[in-house]
Amino acid sequence: MALLDIITRFFAKDNVSSKDVARERLRLVLVHDRASVSPEFLNKLKEDLIKVIREYLEIDEEALSVDLENEDDSIALVANIPVKGFKRAG
Amino acid sequence: MKSRVIVITSGKGGVGKTTTTANLGTALAMTDKKVVMIDTDIGLRNLDVVMGLENRIVFDIVDVVNGNCKLKQALIKDKRFDGLFLLPAAQTKDKTAISPHQMKNLTNELRKDFDYILVDCPAGIEQGFKNAVAGADDAIVVATPEISSVRDADRIIGMLEASGLNNARLIINRLRSKMVKRGDMMDINDILDILSIELLGVVPEDESIVVSTNRGEPAVLETASRAGGAYRRIARRLMGEKVPMLSVDEENVNFVDRFRKILKLAR
Repeated sequence: MALLDIITRFFAKDNVSSKDVARERLRLVLVHDRASVSPEFLNKLKEDLIKVIREYLEIDEEALSVDLENEDDSIALVANIPVKGFKRAG
Repeated sequence: MKSRVIVITSGKGGVGKTTTTANLGTALAMTDKKVVMIDTDIGLRNLDVVMGLENRIVFDIVDVVNGNCKLKQALIKDKRFDGLFLLPAAQTKDKTAISPHQMKNLTNELRKDFDYILVDCPAGIEQGFKNAVAGADDAIVVATPEISSVRDADRIIGMLEASGLNNARLIINRLRSKMVKRGDMMDINDILDILSIELLGVVPEDESIVVSTNRGEPAVLETASRAGGAYRRIARRLMGEKVPMLSVDEENVNFVDRFRKILKLAR
C-alpha cells in the first residue's frame, strides 16, 4: 500500500475498507439466499416464537431478535430473547 | 479424445460470458483443437459480433432444432481457424423456441465432430439457463469481483449442482489489481472463500477487450493483451495442463489453503 493510501485511510472517517464491507454484506445476504429465507419468513417465525414463549415467560417483545448466522461452515438460527420475568404457576 | 461439452454461465448479465466463450473457443482452436461455440442466448445473440462473424449467418440454432436445415449448414466456420465453428442463436425468437431435450440431442450430435463444445449461456435462471446446461459435462462460472455478481454466481452454482454439475470452476473476470491493493475490491481469496469452488483463472480488467470486441477479433489473438494472455492460460488449464496462476496480474492464491478448504467444505 502506498504511503498516501495509508495516510488517507488513517484520516478517513471510517477506516474499514470498502471490500471488507462488501465481503460482510455478501456473507450475510448469502446466508439468507442459501437457506431460501426471506425477511418475511423470519418475521413470521419471530411472531410465532413470541406467541409460544409468551405462554411461559414475560419477554421483551420489542428487543427480541431472530436471525440466521453463519458460523464457519454451518448456519445457526440465533434468537436473542430478553426475559422480563417468569409467569406464576397456576 | 473424448469431447467435452462446457457451459459458460454466470447468472448476472454483463460479466463477460460471451467474451469468455469467444476467447476460450479461439484459444482452444489455436492449439488445433476442433471447437464449436453455441450461442444459446436466443433473442439477444452476441457471440457472432464478438467473433466478427455476424455477416455470415444464414441459419441458426432454432432452424436446426426445427429441422429447417442440417446442423452442418448452420455451423459458421471461423475466418481465422479451420477447426473453429459458431452455431448462432436466433435473433427473432425467444428462449422457449428450444427445449433442454433438443439441446441435449444437439450437443450429442456435435460430440461426433468436435473436441470442445462451448455453450454460451444467457443471463438469468429461466428456460435459457436450463437449455444451456442440459447437455453439459462441465461448467464454467464467470463472476466479477462485485457483490451482485458473486451473489448471482452463488445462486448459479447451486442450480448447476441441482442439475448434476458438481464440478463447476470459476473465472474471476475484470479484476482490478490496483483497487484490490487499495482495499476497494474483493480479492480472489475473498471470493473463493465465499463460493468455495475451484478457481480456473483470473482475467484482469483490460481495455484491449473493448478494442478487440470493436474489431470482432478475440483478445487471445493479440499477443500483448493481458486479458488475452489470461484466457490463453485458462484454455491450457481446460486442456488439463498445470498452469500456475500468475502473481502479477492474477494475484496470489494460496493453493494449499484453497485445496484444504475445497476438501472440507461440502456445499
